[in-house]
Amino acid sequence: MTIKAIQEELVEEFAMFDDWMQRYEYMIDLGKSLPLIEEQNKTDDRVIKGCQSKVWLDAELKGDKMVFSADSDAIITKGIIAILIRTFNNQTPTAILNSNTDFIDQIGLKEHLSATRANGLTSMIKKLKLYATAYQAKLNS
Amino acid sequence: MFDVTAIRKDFPILSRKVNGRPLVYLDNAATSQKPKQVIDSIVDYYSNYNANIHRGVHALSQEATDAYEASRKKIQTHFSIAKPHEVIFTSGTTHGINIVAHGFSSLLSANDEIIVSQLEHHSNIVPWQMLCKATGAVLKVIPMNQEGGLDMDAYQELLCSKTKLVFVNHISNTLGTINPIEFMTQKAHQVGAAILIDGAQSCSHIRPDLVALDCDFYVTSAHKMCGPTGIGMLYGKEAWLEKLPPFQGGGEMIDQVTFEQTTYAGLPHKFEAGTPNVCGGIAFGAAIDYLNAIGFDAIAAHEATLLEYATKKLLAIDGLKIYGTTKEKTSVISFNIEGIHPYDIGTIVDKLGVAVRTGQHCTQPIMDFFNISGTVRASFAFYNTIQEIDIFVAAVEKAKMMLS
Ligand SMILES: Cc1ncc(COP(=O)(O)O)c(C=O)c1O
Repeated sequence: MTIKAIQEELVEEFAMFDDWMQRYEYMIDLGKSLPLIEEQNKTDDRVIKGCQSKVWLDAELKGDKMVFSADSDAIITKGIIAILIRTFNNQTPTAILNSNTDFIDQIGLKEHLSATRANGLTSMIKKLKLYATAYQAKLNS
Repeated sequence: MFDVTAIRKDFPILSRKVNGRPLVYLDNAATSQKPKQVIDSIVDYYSNYNANIHRGVHALSQEATDAYEASRKKIQTHFSIAKPHEVIFTSGTTHGINIVAHGFSSLLSANDEIIVSQLEHHSNIVPWQMLCKATGAVLKVIPMNQEGGLDMDAYQELLCSKTKLVFVNHISNTLGTINPIEFMTQKAHQVGAAILIDGAQSCSHIRPDLVALDCDFYVTSAHKMCGPTGIGMLYGKEAWLEKLPPFQGGGEMIDQVTFEQTTYAGLPHKFEAGTPNVCGGIAFGAAIDYLNAIGFDAIAAHEATLLEYATKKLLAIDGLKIYGTTKEKTSVISFNIEGIHPYDIGTIVDKLGVAVRTGQHCTQPIMDFFNISGTVRASFAFYNTIQEIDIFVAAVEKAKMMLS
């Protein structure tokens, strides 16, 4: 599936719920399916700053595709990162770099996050794309 | 008669909705809401007599100056301060602390000691670190205990002839602990040290008598006590304020200016450089009038009821732990639920219309002491109700269900 198709799928899934409590419940559920980063990889260089909660994010290259793993000490934050990773997992660095994240607005996620969480979300996207840039360079070299 | 239903009608914001539900505002330790009497004083000022003060001969300037100075007198009376010029208008607690810290930089020498407490707000730790760096003075810390109180034996051991200044908050913003400032003031004076009390968290709950307390300095922010942001006050004993150098240079604070030399104006103007926050100062006075009309005894009694009720209901939740359990505390509850991040709880209860604060509350040393990353903090004001606490506790229970 393309990134775009996964994003559309997520937008549809979230549209099924009537209110934001249900969407939060769903987000919490998605957090539980997050591919977890290995404990020993929870190092400072894999931490994302700008959140009240801590987020660790790691990426590997399998063939020409990226595989992400992550964790957070807060469960809603875990849900948010799970949403992002679902769209980017098993995609090429180039596809990730060429994608946009407008679907987040379509879900209405951003307006329902506190300012600190919204900042955290931006930092997560940045970090994901940073990994993609690094691996794209590696593939091209 | 204390009538919370009538009081709530004074606060326009309390009738708004958040996320489709009635707002339950329990972040009063961060800032208080404003009654229409205070809001009206702001509108009245800008609508009817806005002018620069202390410098115009015209009628508006006179009216504005009179109202501003009347506010200073209200503050003087409210806090039981001996002289009106011992009341310095500031932009808030942080500003007041910085005036004192800066002032002491010319009075301290290497190896002098400053004592602060482990319960301090970040804004109260940094100025002292800067002061120590600039002067070579040494910072000593009064340790806290498991209940969230300060260790008074340790405090007395820290005090010595080298101690020049003690700094402590009256009430901890994170835990609600009321510190024994009378005792601490006496002890500081016994070794010849000055003491500065941070009243940011106490001013909305307790009406202090500063002359009786005998502290050397006291700072607070109007926004914590139903007044606007950007205005606060520094109290200093006259002799100290005479001794400290001014913090900022500018208009209002001078007597004679030539390029060779400037002589400073007398108190309080020496510390009030530039055009002040005239409107804020006037509204600060309106806030004090408002609180006194309700009465601090009635406020304390209602808040004690809320605290007791909320504590009991929260402790009935399995796995919930409250931080800050001293006997002497105000209506602040910091807590965590086992296995759940405070940030998650804050997010869910916000969706249910309840405003609480989560995180470190600018007090990382307290978090480090308890070895936690943060807490959820609910802080109650006199306009909160038992029904609101029921909504809040139900929201916490719902959050717990969703998050575990
Ligand atoms: C105990 C304490 N001291 C100082 C401050 C800082 O006050 P302000 O930001 O109004 O200067 C606060 C505010 O949260 C506080 O709670």
